Amino acid sequence: MAISRRTLALVAGGALLALVPPIAALTNQPFYLDLFRRMMIFAIAAVSLDLILGYGGMVSFGHAAYLGIGAYAVGIPAFHGVDNGWLQWGLAIAASALAAAVIGAVSLRTSGVSFIMITLAFAQMLYYLGISLETYGGDNGMRLAGRSRFGGPIDLREPAVFYYVVLAILVLLLTLGNRLVASRFGMVIRAARSNEVRARAIGFSPFRYKLTAFVIAGGAGGLAGALLANQTEYLTPDFMHWTRSGEIMFMVILGGMGTLFGPVIGAVVLLLLEDVLSALTTHWQIILGPILILVVLFAKRGLFGLVAGAETRDG
Amino acid sequence: MADTLLAIRGLSKRFGGLLASDRIDLDVARGETHAIIGPNGAGKTTLIGQLAGDLRPDSGSIHFAGQDVTRLDAPHRARRGLARSFQVTSIFREFSALDNVTLAVQAHAGRSFRFWRSARSEPALREPARAALEAVGLGARADVLAARLAHGEQRQLEIAMALATEPRMLLLDEPVAGMGLDESQKMVRFLAMLRRRITIVLVEHDMDAVFTLADRISVMVYGRIIATGTPSEVRGSDDVRRAYLGEDRA
Repeated sequence: MAISRRTLALVAGGALLALVPPIAALTNQPFYLDLFRRMMIFAIAAVSLDLILGYGGMVSFGHAAYLGIGAYAVGIPAFHGVDNGWLQWGLAIAASALAAAVIGAVSLRTSGVSFIMITLAFAQMLYYLGISLETYGGDNGMRLAGRSRFGGPIDLREPAVFYYVVLAILVLLLTLGNRLVASRFGMVIRAARSNEVRARAIGFSPFRYKLTAFVIAGGAGGLAGALLANQTEYLTPDFMHWTRSGEIMFMVILGGMGTLFGPVIGAVVLLLLEDVLSALTTHWQIILGPILILVVLFAKRGLFGLVAGAETRDG
Repeated sequence: MADTLLAIRGLSKRFGGLLASDRIDLDVARGETHAIIGPNGAGKTTLIGQLAGDLRPDSGSIHFAGQDVTRLDAPHRARRGLARSFQVTSIFREFSALDNVTLAVQAHAGRSFRFWRSARSEPALREPARAALEAVGLGARADVLAARLAHGEQRQLEIAMALATEPRMLLLDEPVAGMGLDESQKMVRFLAMLRRRITIVLVEHDMDAVFTLADRISVMVYGRIIATGTPSEVRGSDDVRRAYLGEDRA
């Protein structure tokens, strides 16, 4: 069997990401290490959203909520002197998964516009909750007391080490995600997206499968938040603002919904565009907007569809 | 009736001012093929909807295989062996024909909280799915995207999905509607093969299909069953002729 364009694209992309730290070191441009780490953190958030948006048809417009919960799950313990990373990140995943369980249990009883609005409303509630936390900086947010500590060679204060930790998590998430969407479980949520009435008629009760997917996506989003807090060494309620949710959704759509790898490209390209365009003009979103519209109109499977070819899609 | 699989008692459903089901009593025996006919708007699809669990009756009861299923939703009834096809074809359009049936096999097998192994590589799902496709004559079309199948093939695919759940009863809502003559004859021949093996409740306007397949026929008019009997009894009934057959025989 010939090597497909898709495989080629994945290998090339992986190699490129793995080579960023040595290249940044050689060219003495530590800025790129920082930028690509940030891209990968948003890629993790976008991939987790793609699991429910692209495969489950759940248009969650509040995914930034988990980013915020994850960030605060690192920041609040750090503020109180608890800097154990296993504990912080574990808390980030557990707290955001729990929040997703509550949000999902309510919102998944609806569909369409109601679903979008309810997920948005929950995220905004959490945003205002963040603002009301005066102890932790209120709407100004607060500095992170220090990066999460794991002991041994995993020292996140080393930029390259932190970089490879993020890359490893991204690769792990993509691997697990790829198994998941092809598994029995994944087939149920994809079937329910394709035709819920038919899925019910053959005997699937989609609600619990969708809720489980929603919780998994929330937990992964929370982990992205924990990474983001370490990345910026600062956390603010802005992590949870609805425009942030919109940005993550753009990454998924731009990269290609229901492709898992596409959102990684989406995150890289969106943040790159932001970086390049905002250097040109303060009104950079005027240029970004039309680009997004063109991609949505003409690249049905997003940028990943352009790179990997159209043959990969089913369900 | 010796061995009743489906027992409907006093089933009523009202939509605003319209009484779509009016105190319906009906027994369907195990192995029977029971056709429900009647003019458009008589409430046939509403009845099927209540049997499948998509619609809640206002009053009355439905017993299936001796158990009260009146309050069960559609997925639970499907798992107990009530499979259906829809008046308007309902399939997973973005999946291959084989994937469609594989999903039905999986739904019947239960245990879908499995996250690692590829469902498409499981012989336990794939082989029964292939067999069901072969049975309806779609074996050669297994890898075609369901959306790309011809209309008749999509109807066959629905039947294959229903069969793959190993149902005790098939609810078929106009299985030959919109089919060409060839396709529709093929479908009737296929359904005739299923007779006796599976209990079938059939809503159909095509009278040739009905009189070929049905052991008994119930005639619905304005939400009520006005007659139930063998095809010859129904054909001979003056009431039925007046209410229905005369006007819709074309």
